Amino acid sequence: MPAIVRITRDLLDAQAVRVLEESVTTRGDGGVVTFQGVVRDNARGKQVRSLEYDAYVEMAEQQMAQIAAEVEARWEDSTVALVHRIGRLEIGECSVAVVVACPHRGEAFEACRYAIDTLKSTVPIWKKEIYTDGEEWVEG
Amino acid sequence: MRVHVRYFAALREKVGKDAEDLDVSAGAMVSQARAALIERYPQLASTLAGCAAAVNLAYASAETALNDGDELVFIPPLGGG
Repeated sequence: MPAIVRITRDLLDAQAVRVLEESVTTRGDGGVVTFQGVVRDNARGKQVRSLEYDAYVEMAEQQMAQIAAEVEARWEDSTVALVHRIGRLEIGECSVAVVVACPHRGEAFEACRYAIDTLKSTVPIWKKEIYTDGEEWVEG
Repeated sequence: MRVHVRYFAALREKVGKDAEDLDVSAGAMVSQARAALIERYPQLASTLAGCAAAVNLAYASAETALNDGDELVFIPPLGGG
């Protein structure tokens, strides 16, 4: 089954995540692991009001497709969805969803961890923290 | 030759534009393009020092050779996820 890889400006709400889960899960899958990155209200000792994400979309989607391909090659019979939202995000909203479906749970957990860790360290996406008294592009 | 530079995130804010063309000498490498940008925008020096580079959608090194029409992007520290 082809992987789902996308950068979007649309809200990644519970319904959108559910659609991803249903899309990657086949009748042979016993484990579906979903990671959601969520915007939190504090970072580096400061109160965060909102976030802004920017992306080099063409390259980011290509890198994400590569990650999905790596996952599917390394964990047999796995199917991956990687969706990252960009634009302005409010506290509590989901910035990234990684869903991996596998025959067994061990592989699903490992593959999901690998996918999000690799996304964070390689995909050209940037985050700006907006505080009450300023804003800053931050790493990590 | 001419390469097309695109700006994102902190770089876009500092330069005030999304993209522009940059003239570099034939056979120039990424390092020379970086130097040319710093000459044009001295205020970018410290930010660019912390950036990776990508040519035509793939990560590149300082020694990667550029070709006419290439798309060059300097990549500030990542914040995805």
